[in-house]
Amino acid sequence: MGSASSMLTQYDIEEVQEHCNHLFTQQEIVSLYKRFCQLDRNAKGFISADEFLSVPEFAMNPLSQRLLKMVDGLNFKDFVAFLSAFSAKATVPQKIEIIFKVYDSDCNGKVTFNDLNEVLHDLTGSFIRKATREEVLSQLLHEAGYTKESSLLLHDFIKIMEHSGLKMEVEIPED
Amino acid sequence: MSKLNTSSSELDLDRPNIEDYLPSGSIQEPHGTLRLRDLLDISPTLTEAAGAIVDDSFTRCFKSNPPEPWNWNIYLFPLWCLGVVVRYGLLFPLRVLVLTIGWIIFLSCYFPVHFLLKGHDKLRKKLERGLVELICSFFVASWTGVVKYHGPRPSIRPKQIFVANHTSMIDFVVLEQMTAFAVIMQKHPGWVGLLQSTILESLGCIWFNRSESKDREIVARKLREHVHGADNNPLLVFPEGTCVNNHYTVMFKKGAFELGCTVCPIAIKYNKIFVDAFWNSRKQSFTTHLLQLMTSWAVVCDVWYLEPQNLKPGETPIEFAERVRDIISVRAGLKKVPWDGYLKYSRPSPKHRERKQQSFAESVLRRLEER
Repeated sequence: MGSASSMLTQYDIEEVQEHCNHLFTQQEIVSLYKRFCQLDRNAKGFISADEFLSVPEFAMNPLSQRLLKMVDGLNFKDFVAFLSAFSAKATVPQKIEIIFKVYDSDCNGKVTFNDLNEVLHDLTGSFIRKATREEVLSQLLHEAGYTKESSLLLHDFIKIMEHSGLKMEVEIPED
Repeated sequence: MSKLNTSSSELDLDRPNIEDYLPSGSIQEPHGTLRLRDLLDISPTLTEAAGAIVDDSFTRCFKSNPPEPWNWNIYLFPLWCLGVVVRYGLLFPLRVLVLTIGWIIFLSCYFPVHFLLKGHDKLRKKLERGLVELICSFFVASWTGVVKYHGPRPSIRPKQIFVANHTSMIDFVVLEQMTAFAVIMQKHPGWVGLLQSTILESLGCIWFNRSESKDREIVARKLREHVHGADNNPLLVFPEGTCVNNHYTVMFKKGAFELGCTVCPIAIKYNKIFVDAFWNSRKQSFTTHLLQLMTSWAVVCDVWYLEPQNLKPGETPIEFAERVRDIISVRAGLKKVPWDGYLKYSRPSPKHRERKQQSFAESVLRRLEER
């Protein structure tokens, strides 16, 4: 799809739909394209970190920096693929996979104690002391059968979270 | 009256709680013993972030919504082409002519009045007011403005301030042709700045600079002085602080509401039938915007002068500002959003993130204690 043109052809829509495993309808892809063009101010073909941060609701989110690493500079096809985990049609393992990717910031397929600690720090800020935070994590890991030294893999995440009634959906507005 | 301090954190301390307005249906109170999966499950926060990426109420406020094109079939298209020829070839030159005549008349009367009547201030001011109203009428004529004014015309009395919603700098011209207000405006570069420093200065206009933080105190003082002066022109303020697309209103700054005087709300609603009057300052310069208006059929709008409001006993200035914003939004059919218009130019304060972090931390600690 290259650099952004202002119109999507039927071929483009089908290509994007293929790329996101048909988790969005064609109408949703058209709406997402309008949104993409709105955020991408100078039609460069991707949305820069600064442009994401110009959405105040996103900038205020505790995980915005981690997410920025994942979405910065994505072209439209990959942007839709990223958001497909939030579609109502996505399966629970697909949703858990994106959660895993948020934790695994160095993309080596393993989530260490340090990764868990950092994300918890992002979510709780300075309102939980470092010692308490690490202690809680250690304790909970231990209870689940892991140790501080374990590296969690995707299938561990799936095992831990698959029956927790995970709900992670975003509605694409029609206009 | 609370003393205005210059740090931007002051903006947030008094704000109504944004969290009350934002959708947070995904955040449920967790129950049961704290388990590893509860800490690993970052889905509520991720959902909020993805929701903001997909759609957010702040960006909607500044989206241009041009009128629907109607030239899409075989016979409408030539009609539209004819319309373009008339607008650009006939109307536009005529309008430029009208505007030029207007400027000639204005300048040839203004400078003599300004310099020759230096000693007779009262007469001079009266004539200057009349002349400014005249040039604004010429401006409105140059875009074939069809403006309907509703409600009693503003009267020149002390201790009152006028507030209006803001869509474009032409709001000022539309209101000014009826009453010569003194306005508080952002100082602009270029020819607009020149107009500001010469003619508008004599009306008693006050300038501010968004990027300077110390500015707020100085401006607040000037506002107070102006309002309490007996012969100053009535003051007009646009409390949103930025141009919004005439479908929404952003939060009103409280500066105009804590001066201890009556606030007279004015609601302005543009009809997009021929052209969208929203000045999207990110997309076009003011000159381009004016040219766009001058090459369209007409600019249609309604102006409502609403009932003057006073601070109710026990009401804070912020609550007062919100109440007036509500009155204006209802009258003009605009939706309210809980955002500060200045977020167009700067990032939100870390206070909002900290509030979310605090609430999550408290919930984790509480569940920890319950174990």
